[in-house]
Amino acid sequence: MPANWSGEVAIVGAYESARRLAPGLHPFAIQAECARGALSDAGLEMADVDGFATAASFPAEGAREMAVAEVAEYLGVHPRWVDGTDIGGAAPISHAGHAVAAIAAGLADVVLVTYAACGYSWPHGAADYLTYAHGPGQWELPYGPSTVATYALAARRHMHDYGTTAEDLAAIAVQCRANAAANPDARYTAPISVDDVLASPVIAAPLHRLDCCVVTDSGGAFVLTSARRAQWMNVQPAYLLGFGEALGQVSMSQMWPFTATAAAASGARAFRTAGMRPAEIDCAQLYDSFTITVLLALEDLGFCGKGEGGKFASAGELAPDGQLPINTDGGGLSSSHPGRRGALAVVEAVRQLRGISPGVRLDRPRTALVHGMGGSLSTSATLILGV
Amino acid sequence: MSEAPGLPPLTDQFSQGYWNAAREGTLLIQRCRTCRRYQFYPRGHCVHCFAPDPEWTPASGRGRLHTYTIVERTPNAEFAADCPYVLAIIELDEGPRMTARIIGEAGDLACDQQVHVVFTPAGQAGVLPNFARDIK
Repeated sequence: MPANWSGEVAIVGAYESARRLAPGLHPFAIQAECARGALSDAGLEMADVDGFATAASFPAEGAREMAVAEVAEYLGVHPRWVDGTDIGGAAPISHAGHAVAAIAAGLADVVLVTYAACGYSWPHGAADYLTYAHGPGQWELPYGPSTVATYALAARRHMHDYGTTAEDLAAIAVQCRANAAANPDARYTAPISVDDVLASPVIAAPLHRLDCCVVTDSGGAFVLTSARRAQWMNVQPAYLLGFGEALGQVSMSQMWPFTATAAAASGARAFRTAGMRPAEIDCAQLYDSFTITVLLALEDLGFCGKGEGGKFASAGELAPDGQLPINTDGGGLSSSHPGRRGALAVVEAVRQLRGISPGVRLDRPRTALVHGMGGSLSTSATLILGV
Repeated sequence: MSEAPGLPPLTDQFSQGYWNAAREGTLLIQRCRTCRRYQFYPRGHCVHCFAPDPEWTPASGRGRLHTYTIVERTPNAEFAADCPYVLAIIELDEGPRMTARIIGEAGDLACDQQVHVVFTPAGQAGVLPNFARDIK
């Protein structure tokens, strides 16, 4: 039985910046480009926006603790409903889910969700620790974690428990690159092989450079309103059918078990509120900060059994003609990852449902799942869209 | 581990005892006075049952290598000179897990190998509990 809000709110505008490298540009300028693009796509004006959400506290996003207020000031938007939920790369997907509640409750009519970062060109260097070296961080940071290393820890244990191989992980990167081939905006489009992934430098064993997402300067935005209002607009709405979010650990010593993530909870919540099963999903945008991020999501969201993600990927099930086509624009592994891929994943899901993906165009998909994973396998948000 | 500058833990009144014990060669963990379960990292309450004021107790210092990665490259300048190094999650015999490094050759590491605590001088970090594999 779907939740009573399922299908009551729709995404009516979506835009991804074509930028990939933007030296000299402040990310707020890309925020504005994305806001303009998404509103234009919806046929709306900034004056129509009365709900606003963003996350911009990472160094390369240009804001600090009051990120949503800083960006709202820059844009000149004056919302009566605000969301600055800041759960890493999953944040924009969380914003979409929270916007459903706001619109359904009458707290906002038109919600704008924006995101931008200059992950590549940001001139003010910063470490990639998730915490300070005091408090809980004093028991982890002195040992030298890095973002890649924390994901590598999960990959190693998955290999130990289930026999997952480096080739299985590489198959995910190879598929995303193949999907990027047709996308003129993708950061990289030249095909790669499993051997290419394995031959790329090891960053944190067992993860190679080509197991890691690209780093870009870019952004994306989308606009939500009620299904009732959407039907009078000159757009093809993508209805929000289900949503769930969940928190895992931040310190890696607190990850338990090491081969499953908060996606198991956020995914179950999304399917329950949509009243759907994984087999009813036509395509998915799965957070691909690293190949292992995708593999764990496949299992945790229920697209295959625990431990079977490697075989699922290696068997070609993620291809456009497989059981679950993923990351059809090339994903973060090949198209764009400025910092929080979640916003771009929502945009690509909407494009796919409208039949206008710049990458692989599937044959009239009716449902799309968008899954975000932030931090060090820390936070999770899952959205189910349908037309 | 090298004598690289590292990133010193910023201690507080609550954690100072842990770091002082490490300098004396003792690994301290916590045990709940109510549910009797162990925990790491240290907190002012039990993370399992939220009872206040868990007691500190010396750990056996023995455990298993739950998982690990060999860090070849890092964006974090404090640790660049340490590469390559082994970042690990240790499952202590008492149950909790902790983050540490594995000291020694990384060639034949495997998950679930038996390890024991060693205390490593680490520049301005003072002394860090790390782990080494048991001699077969």
